[in-house]
Amino acid sequence: MSNVFIAFQQNEEARPIIEAILADNPHATAVESPAMVKIDAPNRLTIRRETIEAITGTPFDLQQIHVNLISLSGHIDEDDDQFTLYWKH
Amino acid sequence: MDTQVKKLGLKERYAAMTRGLGWETTYQPMEKVYPYATYEGIKIHDWDKWVDPFRMTMDAYWKYQGEKEKKLYAVIDAFQQNNGFLGITDARYVNAVKLFIQGVSPLEYYAHRGFAQVGRHFVGEGLRVACQMQSLDEIRHYQTQTHAISTYNKYFNGMHHSLHWFDRVWYLSVPKSFFEDALTAGPFEYLTSISFSFEYVLTNLLFVPFMSGAAYNGDLATVTFGFSAQSDESRHMTLGIEAIKFMLEQDPDNVPIVQRWIDKWFWRGYRVLTLVGMMMDYMLPKRVMSWREAWEIYGEQNGRALFRDLARYGIREPKGWLDAIDGKDHISHQAWNTFYNYNAAAPFHTWVPTDEELDWLSAKYPNSFDQYYRPRLEFYREQHRAGNRFYNKTLPMLCTVCQIPMLFTEPGDPTTICYRETDYQGDKYHFCSDHCKEIFENEPEKYVQSWLPVHQIYQGNCFKPGVDPTQPGFDPLMAVFDYYDLDFGRDNLDFEGSEDQKHFAAWRGQALQNTV
Amino acid sequence: MSIDLKTVNIKPLRLTYAHVAKYVGDNKVPTRYQEATFGAQPSVNFHYRPTWDPDHELFDPTRTAVKMKDWYAITDPRQFYYGSWTSTRAKQQETVEANFSFVESRGLIALLPEAVKKRALEVLTPLRHVAWGANMNNSQICALGYGTTFTAPAMFHAMDNLAVAQYLTRLALTLEGPERLDQGKSAWLHDANWQLLRRYVEDTFVVPDPVELFVAQNLALDGLLYPLIFDTYVDSALAMQGGSAISMLTAFITEWHAESARWVDAVIKTIAAESEENRALLTQWFRHWEERAADALTPISVLAMGDAAASALEEVRQGLANRVKKLGLAR
Repeated sequence: MSNVFIAFQQNEEARPIIEAILADNPHATAVESPAMVKIDAPNRLTIRRETIEAITGTPFDLQQIHVNLISLSGHIDEDDDQFTLYWKH
Repeated sequence: MDTQVKKLGLKERYAAMTRGLGWETTYQPMEKVYPYATYEGIKIHDWDKWVDPFRMTMDAYWKYQGEKEKKLYAVIDAFQQNNGFLGITDARYVNAVKLFIQGVSPLEYYAHRGFAQVGRHFVGEGLRVACQMQSLDEIRHYQTQTHAISTYNKYFNGMHHSLHWFDRVWYLSVPKSFFEDALTAGPFEYLTSISFSFEYVLTNLLFVPFMSGAAYNGDLATVTFGFSAQSDESRHMTLGIEAIKFMLEQDPDNVPIVQRWIDKWFWRGYRVLTLVGMMMDYMLPKRVMSWREAWEIYGEQNGRALFRDLARYGIREPKGWLDAIDGKDHISHQAWNTFYNYNAAAPFHTWVPTDEELDWLSAKYPNSFDQYYRPRLEFYREQHRAGNRFYNKTLPMLCTVCQIPMLFTEPGDPTTICYRETDYQGDKYHFCSDHCKEIFENEPEKYVQSWLPVHQIYQGNCFKPGVDPTQPGFDPLMAVFDYYDLDFGRDNLDFEGSEDQKHFAAWRGQALQNTV
Repeated sequence: MSIDLKTVNIKPLRLTYAHVAKYVGDNKVPTRYQEATFGAQPSVNFHYRPTWDPDHELFDPTRTAVKMKDWYAITDPRQFYYGSWTSTRAKQQETVEANFSFVESRGLIALLPEAVKKRALEVLTPLRHVAWGANMNNSQICALGYGTTFTAPAMFHAMDNLAVAQYLTRLALTLEGPERLDQGKSAWLHDANWQLLRRYVEDTFVVPDPVELFVAQNLALDGLLYPLIFDTYVDSALAMQGGSAISMLTAFITEWHAESARWVDAVIKTIAAESEENRALLTQWFRHWEERAADALTPISVLAMGDAAASALEEVRQGLANRVKKLGLAR
């Protein structure tokens, strides 16, 4: 079992994204460090457009995560509705 | 919104916007149009198998990058207008910024040119577009760093000739030769070196600690450009892992070639990061985490997950992996010791950490610091107080490959310097480790070309034109500093007593009085 | 304890980096463009020869036959650095987006006369491959050119070329659908009308001299193609035939060409002004490639404008001849 992770700048725009991730991925944990939030999850982590939209009440394009993204690890699968990080083994 | 295009969905839309653009040339043969596609021995059967997971088209690229730039320059403007540098913890911190503009920003520039080159020369359109976007991102990083650090350059020493130094000063040949090694390799090796080994395996170790360090030390401008750059980095890292998977999946004959590159570039990158380790442990007045901790999180844990995942292709951990783990207790201390010694020849300041800082290092390095490194620093401090601040005036032997002075110790034995050597065409070449020696032996015809700063000084190639070394009273070292355009006594030597220290104290005093 | 940092007036030790001051002087605050661009390229003490080009240094001014005492004499009149370039394009992109949604929401596509639409797609769709070729060539100029004031805008230009290819793709998708892209590619590869142009583009791929490549791509070919197709055909001829919806969708392309031509002109003018030898080389390259470009565009102009093609092409050639004369090239 290995962790995937994704890190965002700690700011107002990233907040609903982080909230959505933690809601959709109960196995994930968030670690805060200066100006940054890093979310670790064993094997797999998914970001869902709908969850973010439910939090913000406005339409969200998943490519918007790039604006506040700091780093990530794992393979990526992305379409219009979800963005997943995973390891294969 | 554009309904027709929207209907296509991200994946189809991207395919139409990139892959469909290229074609098989017939008026000029493909081998002439793409002359570098095969000489490294990598076999590609189907370029369309390469996928760009982010599927960025230019409209989206401009939109999101435009937003990022707007935010970034707002912070840089505010920082400049408000003398933001007065808010940093301590003027010693600025030396981390110096190291960055001297040694890292020029690499961003190199990456820009390198990705333009491979962005032209790969055969597949998807891969090419990803490389071209990275070329753009890299010029962005060079330029935003230049702008953000410009304020520091106005008020502190050690930055004014950063690019001149990059091409000349001894320790800057470490990052310079690293990147030139990658740029002068073929396109697939370039991708393995920069996109995979550096961006994917090691870049988090460069940016995350640097930027968290900046945040802890009140440097808003650096945090902002750093994190903003790092957000592009996630695209670059993804390019790195996708590129590796692509090469490995295309042909089993690619596996041993890629493995040799991973071995080489992991070690090359790890050696360059010695400078970052030193910065984290010694140059940040307020520490975030030790080099060792950062290495464990971003190097070991992450690397282990990655190489476990790549095992299905027959890829193993890089050869230098265990020696790198062994080094985590030592390299930052050994590097700082070297710069402390050679600080007359380096355009930034060094110092002995305060007692509180020494205690922090003792706690973070229970296996090594008290035993090997603390006594030495305390001795230096005693000597300095007694008026004997020691500056080494001899020139060190350099490793022919990584170009770092021979300062590293044997794996498992931190009291013996590690030396390796090999003979090639009647000359002897020296190395810091088994891994640098092996890199040389795989490609001796490349590394015999190395522009080794110490050799160049001894050969008389580092004096300004017209300098006459036979003149009475000729001071070779001062002549070298003149060639460097190093402002002796302002850019170099101990932080204690430096102009940076005096100015910062005065400016801060003035700032405090103004509010009374 | 709060520090009111704004109120402190501190005199800076210097105004910028030495490699920038060399060009703007010690007593002047450089613009963002100047500070981010001047002197940026490493220039000496290279460690290894490229394995892909052992006859040259990594960055080597002898890759081109023209000679400059200082390559930083070349500058971009638009003063683009990454930040200003991206935000300019991001704004234009918003307009493009608005134009596309205007054309779609008002049902303007359905109002296009069928024959006009069909002809426009036949002309415009294969041009996405021409723009892609321009993208390759400008990437090459960035990689192998010398000096950042010359090479950095070449990369911005390469990505502008990609955007043009993608906007044309989007136009074909909006007006018709994905099958139009296949038809366009098939015409590009096989249709006789396109073969001279495709040969031209493929021949530029193997031009080793980055400045000659710049002339062949940015001055000769694009100097004829954009005015001919986007100004004369789309904005004038098509508009008269009820096709102005299409010119809304190519508005960026026209605007971009006019803007970027100022950069192309500045590069050529500066290199030509340096020496008679440079002027002679540029002239020779221009004559050679302009002649070929005009030949290659002839069948496309006929496809687009029929009987009016010959005079349209002649007018565009005359316009370009006047343009290069102002830049100092001999006739």
